[in-house]
Amino acid sequence: MSQSLGLAGLGEPGLIAVFVSAILFAIGVIGVMIRRNAIIVFMCIELMLNAANIALVAFSRMHGVEGQIFVFFVMAVAAAEAAVGLAIIIAIFRHYEVVDLDRFRLLKW
Amino acid sequence: MMYDFLFQFFAATAILAGVIMVTRKNPVSAVIFLVVVFFATSGMFLMLDAHYIAAINLILYGGAIMVLFLFVIMLLNLGHTDSEDLRGPFGGLIGGAVAIGFLGLLARLLVGDAPAAASVVPAGEALRAATAEQGIIGVVARPLFGEYFMVLQVTGVLLLAAIVGTILLAQRKHA
Repeated sequence: MSQSLGLAGLGEPGLIAVFVSAILFAIGVIGVMIRRNAIIVFMCIELMLNAANIALVAFSRMHGVEGQIFVFFVMAVAAAEAAVGLAIIIAIFRHYEVVDLDRFRLLKW
Repeated sequence: MMYDFLFQFFAATAILAGVIMVTRKNPVSAVIFLVVVFFATSGMFLMLDAHYIAAINLILYGGAIMVLFLFVIMLLNLGHTDSEDLRGPFGGLIGGAVAIGFLGLLARLLVGDAPAAASVVPAGEALRAATAEQGIIGVVARPLFGEYFMVLQVTGVLLLAAIVGTILLAQRKHA
């Protein structure tokens, strides 16, 4: 069966990891769609970044260590993004006293 | 056998905790379940021969970033359940459509005949050999400080910009 997957060299755990990556990414997208709380939306974005990391590590097992290097940089960017994003949330909260995304419509028409 | 079971356990834990995290109304319990996701993910990294990545995933994500989230939730006093949080049927509809689309893609990957990968190294063999030769840190550090050194420097500049931006954003305007 695994021959028809186009992922034959991945091995069973690698295959599971790619599937888990896709499912976690979908969960993150759904979270961004259905939640209004800015902090939880932000956490869903972290979940999506983590899902991408799982796929990179799974493929690094097959193609060499570069995937892990990319994961390292993804984590550095995610850390910077978390710090700046939370600072933005704090600044917005100071202004509006809520973190409800539907209330921030300055850039929406 | 034990390996497969443990890996499937970590995979199932990650997905389950992810679903629970998205559906929690209380932000604090959402953070806790996201930490569970990161722990399970670290377990998967460990079993996929990415020991260093597993360690920094635990320390950086499960530790530092999640504590930052908890800190902001407690600082803004948001640790209570908010029934307004979940969007109405429209958001649920879009979310459900995205989920069905992704599951359809996965199903197509399972049953369809995608072209087989042309030539692949046996899973994990090359990486395991390199790890045995250079050690767990060396296998990541050598390319990082060799081939990707410029990228590493740029990442440092990015982190500096993030620090400056964070201070600028979070400070009070009249101070």
